[in-house]
Amino acid sequence: MEKKKQGNAFTRFIYSQKTAPYVFVLPFILSFCIFWIYPMLSTITMSFQNIKPAGAEWVGLSNYAKLLKDGVFHQAVRNSVMYMVLTLILLLPFPMLWAVLIDSNLVKAKGVWKAVLYVPALTSVVISGTLFRLMFSEYKTGFMNQVLAFFGQPAVKWLKMYPTSYFALLLLCCWRWTGVNMLYFLSGLKNIDAALYESADIDGATAWQKFRYVTVPLLKPTIIYVLTISIYAGLAMFLESFMLWAGNSSPNNIGLTIVGYLYKRGIEKNQMGYASAVGLVLLVVALIINMAQLIATGTFKKEER
Amino acid sequence: MKKKLVSILISVAMTATILAGCGSSAATSDAGAASADSGETADAGDDAAADAGDDAAAEDAGDEAADEVEAVTDTTGPDDGTPLELWTFVELHGTFYRDMCDKWNEENPDKQIKLTTVTYPYGDMHQKMIMSLQTGTGAPDICDVEVGQFPNVVAFLTDGLVPLNDYIKPYEATMVKSRLDTYAGEDGNYYGAPFHVGATLMYYNLAAMEEAGLSQADIDAVETWDQWVALGEKYLDGIGRPDGKYWTSVDTGGTDWMWLAMAEYGEDWTGGFEGPANVQLDSVKKMLTMQQDWLSSGLAEVSPDGHIDLEAGFQNILDHNIVSFPKAAWYMSRFLNYMPEEEGNWYLAPCPVFESGQGHSVGIGGTGTVVSQQSANGDLAAEFICWAKMGEEGEKYIWENLGFDVCNTAYWTDDAFAHDDSNQYNKFFRNYPYDVLNDVKDGIGKISVVAISPTINEYFCTTTANEVLEDGMDVDEALQEFQEAVDLEQ
Repeated sequence: MEKKKQGNAFTRFIYSQKTAPYVFVLPFILSFCIFWIYPMLSTITMSFQNIKPAGAEWVGLSNYAKLLKDGVFHQAVRNSVMYMVLTLILLLPFPMLWAVLIDSNLVKAKGVWKAVLYVPALTSVVISGTLFRLMFSEYKTGFMNQVLAFFGQPAVKWLKMYPTSYFALLLLCCWRWTGVNMLYFLSGLKNIDAALYESADIDGATAWQKFRYVTVPLLKPTIIYVLTISIYAGLAMFLESFMLWAGNSSPNNIGLTIVGYLYKRGIEKNQMGYASAVGLVLLVVALIINMAQLIATGTFKKEER
Repeated sequence: MKKKLVSILISVAMTATILAGCGSSAATSDAGAASADSGETADAGDDAAADAGDDAAAEDAGDEAADEVEAVTDTTGPDDGTPLELWTFVELHGTFYRDMCDKWNEENPDKQIKLTTVTYPYGDMHQKMIMSLQTGTGAPDICDVEVGQFPNVVAFLTDGLVPLNDYIKPYEATMVKSRLDTYAGEDGNYYGAPFHVGATLMYYNLAAMEEAGLSQADIDAVETWDQWVALGEKYLDGIGRPDGKYWTSVDTGGTDWMWLAMAEYGEDWTGGFEGPANVQLDSVKKMLTMQQDWLSSGLAEVSPDGHIDLEAGFQNILDHNIVSFPKAAWYMSRFLNYMPEEEGNWYLAPCPVFESGQGHSVGIGGTGTVVSQQSANGDLAAEFICWAKMGEEGEKYIWENLGFDVCNTAYWTDDAFAHDDSNQYNKFFRNYPYDVLNDVKDGIGKISVVAISPTINEYFCTTTANEVLEDGMDVDEALQEFQEAVDLEQ
């Protein structure tokens, strides 16, 4: 009797239209609060503190004041922003182009192409970073220097100069992420009604016009999504540079990123308070850029739906 | 049909991103571990070089441990023995402690130990240890601490760790003192039991030098850097100075040369616990100026990729592009693991000095084992750990299986120990490593690893060394800039 009543209460609870939605979103809400909201709040408090072994000491804004004067941090921000901008230039148009090509009738064995382009994303950055480090070794037996030697060029100290280092970083990034972004675009393309292309054909549109006036506008939600995650991923890059220079120290800090600097301060130098301030700056920069981008692209406007 | 395909694609893409996410977070912890065994050896040079320094076998084990991410737990000893828990970040160290525990139990029927070793990835273990010392609960009885992390742990000394002084006593007379000092706290007590000295030796490719008409006697005659440079010039003349061949290579990504120079002059850029750090030292100036001269005279090149403990460095050695360099004794294991073709070519000798009478070596890298105050059996833990890492059985095990230059000098002159011809290192090199260690025994210096150390190492490796050796900047100017950067942090 008791049991049945309980069962009823439980069933009523579960089947209730009012509570059920909350029950279903609860796992997400919980993990969001525990693993996101709570750490973020404690990061904010820690950024105003000097974390010591025995406890924390409030230091007001001095961590931020130090950030303003910290040349290495400024360099890290410049590096990250530059890397982010360059990845956007490479990782938006090209994957979109590949996706359109694969979606068209021009390409045979589409499954193979998709797989080939996607596989790099499945490899560990630790492994691919190490391989790239070996490829870009300044020693004459490094792969890239052998390629240069084949064309009669002298060996280059790839990872000691800005242009060549960023070439290596961007190559690694494109190699890894082109396939993923392409899949996003591909799934976006699949959602475009074929009838639109047919009517465009009837109207006598060229391939370029179809791309410009049908494909791109209808891909917009996908583009915005890819743009948003790419901005954050670009700003938060760390492991690639950590592996490429076999550690967090690169010549004249050319490979230092914001997260690399956070790691340097927080983990290598055990200055959690200062590292928290660095982390918050990253969060604010990423938020500002993404908000600006989302507003500019009209994502928040309701009538667009 | 098409919709289905799309949904499959999307779910594949999503799963993949999720997986990729997992992958990268796991990788981050790997990276930490990697820095333990090879990454940082390189970049931060010495502070973490330590265990990086550790033998290659240990390195492999470290990699495995890192890959697994989860802790590996093993227990040995009788159930009624006193339970002790030990944390380490190198699987092979765990095996060492368990084997030593079995031996201890045989010898001490009245003090049986049931030892549980837990292997965590490098970063995780140190983080957990610091956290549990901070909170005063959850620390193991015994814990391995890599020398680069020691300053972080040192902060808890006064009430967190058991001083090992009394337990080191039986061995102290024959221990390398500078090594014990490396793990001393601000109060002067010893808190860590060392694995190895990491004494810096000069490695010479005698086979290549013989082709240039030089002999072992020429090496033995070298005492100062000037003589060493003269020998290098002779070698280069002997081989006709072809392109791409050098006497040595200098590091833009490591501090070994500077450590050696400072130890020879008895200086220390960290300033020890009292500070303040001062990098504008005569020894550093002299070494950097000398290296600039070598680069311009063609005697030396800049180590490819920054230092010689990386793949390009191994290849450079294998190609006989450089034939002489200073490196800690643990670098011997790099030869066995990465350059086995070189067997029989290399000769070890004491490092040259600036002025005769100076010490010839410096200890680089290492792992100190600490005992926590939280341990209910701290006395037994301390006694066991000192016995295992300084006693005869332990030292034999360390030399034979881990390949480290042991800290207890009592065995350096022991024929059965030091001149065992079945030992892989004794077989590999032209002379017995311990003979060279005996020669430098009284001159093994020490550079402190304190809170400012990471800052110094990092700035030197990213900026100063590159400015001076790659861009040819004036040494005084570069050191002035270096000092200003360090001053910002102290």
